[in-house]
Amino acid sequence: MLNKALFIMMMSLTSLFASNTVYASPVETFEFQDQVTKVRFQALSKELRCPKCQNQNLADSNSPIAADLRHELYDLLQQGKADSEVVDFMVARYGEFVLYRPRVSSVTYILWFGPALLILIGLIVVIIILRKKPATKENLALDSDQQEKLQQLLQPNHNVKNPNITKEEKE
Amino acid sequence: MKIIIRFLPLVLVIALGVVLYRGLSLNPQDMPSALVGKAMPEFSLSTLNDANKTVTKADLVGDIVLLNVWATWCPTCKYEHPYLLELASNPQLNTQVKLYGVNYKDERLAAQQWLINYKDPYQFSIFDKKGILGLDLGVFGAPETFVIDHHGIIRKRFAGAIDVRVWRKEFEPLIKQLINEKQQGK
Repeated sequence: MLNKALFIMMMSLTSLFASNTVYASPVETFEFQDQVTKVRFQALSKELRCPKCQNQNLADSNSPIAADLRHELYDLLQQGKADSEVVDFMVARYGEFVLYRPRVSSVTYILWFGPALLILIGLIVVIIILRKKPATKENLALDSDQQEKLQQLLQPNHNVKNPNITKEEKE
Repeated sequence: MKIIIRFLPLVLVIALGVVLYRGLSLNPQDMPSALVGKAMPEFSLSTLNDANKTVTKADLVGDIVLLNVWATWCPTCKYEHPYLLELASNPQLNTQVKLYGVNYKDERLAAQQWLINYKDPYQFSIFDKKGILGLDLGVFGAPETFVIDHHGIIRKRFAGAIDVRVWRKEFEPLIKQLINEKQQGK
């Protein structure tokens, strides 16, 4: 479980950096009968991760498996499958891992809600710090008990207990 | 209380460091397979040695199966091959466990020649030229090895070469467990 969470954390970190990679043009050319399918193909091949080269999406990768999956994606779209069906098809074979945008599940809660939680914690800390009363003359003043103690300490006969100080004072 | 707050950032940074450091030692190729616990996918393909002979899932199910995905274009498969031969010739093992190959996206002649040159550890190899079975198994490279139980359920997927060390660590306990399960009639 810890390993799983760790793994997801690492993956989320890597995908953070991967989201800015340069978009290389695909090696093959696909023909689409309409513009919508083309756009869907492009969107899906950006959303799906190459299982072999893990910081690249399908559109980006030159690896053979990515090429295969691009063909598979094309075929599925040509068969008239919906986006969600295509995604399910890929997830059934390669796991949640192929999704650059993971689904919300008990394993991915930390991914989805972690940042919000951290911001919340940060806000709470800031509020606590701000609400702390700054040091003013009023709350620095001694109360009656403290004042009394101070008086005791300042009285000369108080030092009897401590011969060193008494000696110094005599000098 | 104050001292706790003062040291809290240090503790947090150390905790983060430990987490990230552990992350360095994770193998990113070691991915949980989506297929573990699911049934072996259906297929209908020819065998490598005989283009006219069709095999299906039914030909595999019933035994404890090691399904090894291999190809002649895969250097790691060559490294792994001698150990597969050793497994296949292990009399204790090969009565209980059957080793099958999936020849993945390969040329038939080249693959046949490979098995002649390096010997054939498999009961038979399924010839998956287009990678159809590979796709259904979620294969993304070779070699990969699947452990399938006697009910046809995929119990393990391992990406990478098998050698003695890997076998002892990754496979042996599971195989023993499966043999037990089978004997107990589970």
